[in-house]
Amino acid sequence: MFIINYLKEVFGAVKSLATGLRRTMYYFTHHKEIITQQYPDNRETLNFPERFKGEVVMPHDENNEHRCTGCTACELACPNGSLKVITQFNVTAEGKKKKAIDKLVYHLELCTMCNLCIVACPSDAIKMAQTFEHSVYDRSELTKILNKPGSKIMEGVE
Amino acid sequence: MYRENEIMDGIADEKARREADETGDLIINMGPQHPATHGVLHLVVTLNGETIKKVEPHLGYIHRSIEKMCESLTYRQFIYVTSRMDYLSAHINNHACALCVEKGLQLEIPERAQVIRVLMDELTRIASHELWWGAMAMDLGAFTPFFHAFRERETINDIMEETCGARLTMNYMVPGGVMADIHPNFQKRVKDFLILYKRKIKEYDELVTGNIIFQNRMKGVGYLSAEDAISYGCTGPTARGSGVSCDIRKLYPYEVYNKLSFDEILETEGDSFARYMVRLREMNESIKIIEQLIDNIPEGDFQAKTKAVLKLPKGEFYTRVETARGELGVYIVSEGGMTPYRIKFRSPGFSNLSALDHMARGSKLGDLVAMMGTLDLVIPDIDR
Repeated sequence: MFIINYLKEVFGAVKSLATGLRRTMYYFTHHKEIITQQYPDNRETLNFPERFKGEVVMPHDENNEHRCTGCTACELACPNGSLKVITQFNVTAEGKKKKAIDKLVYHLELCTMCNLCIVACPSDAIKMAQTFEHSVYDRSELTKILNKPGSKIMEGVE
Repeated sequence: MYRENEIMDGIADEKARREADETGDLIINMGPQHPATHGVLHLVVTLNGETIKKVEPHLGYIHRSIEKMCESLTYRQFIYVTSRMDYLSAHINNHACALCVEKGLQLEIPERAQVIRVLMDELTRIASHELWWGAMAMDLGAFTPFFHAFRERETINDIMEETCGARLTMNYMVPGGVMADIHPNFQKRVKDFLILYKRKIKEYDELVTGNIIFQNRMKGVGYLSAEDAISYGCTGPTARGSGVSCDIRKLYPYEVYNKLSFDEILETEGDSFARYMVRLREMNESIKIIEQLIDNIPEGDFQAKTKAVLKLPKGEFYTRVETARGELGVYIVSEGGMTPYRIKFRSPGFSNLSALDHMARGSKLGDLVAMMGTLDLVIPDIDR
């Protein structure tokens, strides 16, 4: 009786192993169901959804103009202090002083991609880009200035 | 320096070391850098031969003082930090915080937002259980299931990426609803996932559940009685494997859970295999919930109108939700300002871990890995 039970156990174990192995062999012979992506080689074909949160950028149009008014709403919304708005006063043609941004400093090393600054921005001046390879050789390269040099605010954005 | 040496020796106090010397017990460190602890969990195991006499978890390696950090953040900002607690059910953590703030503000949430929230929660639950299933089988020496589980989990991650913009730490729930409306492809992709899942779930049983080696390692190991589960404060699948009914979605329904039909999974054996079966069957219940909701997302706003600056009235607010691991409680003490005075998170992992010592006593060292696997520990959730 003991031997029969022992053999039953052994064959049961072999059978259950074979069941699992059959699944492995199925994928061994069905190459179409394999979904592995060869990442660094498929960079050109990688598609990211438009909502993917990679890093904060400021879009500029062809005249090198942006939509940022320097209201600091993004700076207040940011939980980590990764955005810093530095404003200056420009004198317009009529002699009036007008507030505008000098620099919008963005610390990528502090950013957690929580999207709160994008939601807070009243003039849609910043958005999330789909870039994701953020490795650099020096930490200082992660501190970015979002507005391009010589850029100014778009007409009609208040 | 003294403290560092102490940890290097792995013995908390002199007394335990002296006792061990007298009795001839062996004290070994499992972790903080051990592949089966899934993070920086440090277990000091007292062994007599190969039999476990005591398991002592040492915590604090990944403590980031999230509760203290939350005190300096506004009610909109602090939600993102909680994704970093239990990163496998980040959505549900955010959901709990958003619910607590809404309770304080007495906000009415549009029904569309509620349904989207529940859908996301259940997708997260499936993704979390799938990762657990793969990782636990890998702890027990089976490497193939890990890839099978990640294949389905990847589909959910893609859905999350498209709608929420991130794969793991989404920060999609905001006080008042959700941050953005669902992506136009969302419903189609979730339906595709349901078809894929139903085809692939059979493989799970084939690969692992029916395997005799696996069953022998799980059955009768890590027994936890219903009384002990209650007294240690276990929640979630850990307690439901012992027959304790504790599903917050059933007992204290939030959002639209009271309108849905699903079962609370209970197993009465209380061993590792029972906990395993609870989690596996729970995935099917989540699929049921998604099926009921995916075609019935009501029209309307995805976010309630809120003020620019949220201020909670003076008082104390507590909400709880069911995460993939158990009950998560969020307790906010407000002084009436823009930031909370104090926040306390009751995390499920911490209580579940406390039962490990009780379960493991008297069993063999090799079974400890199986027990830890079925507790589904996420270390950042335990330490916070």
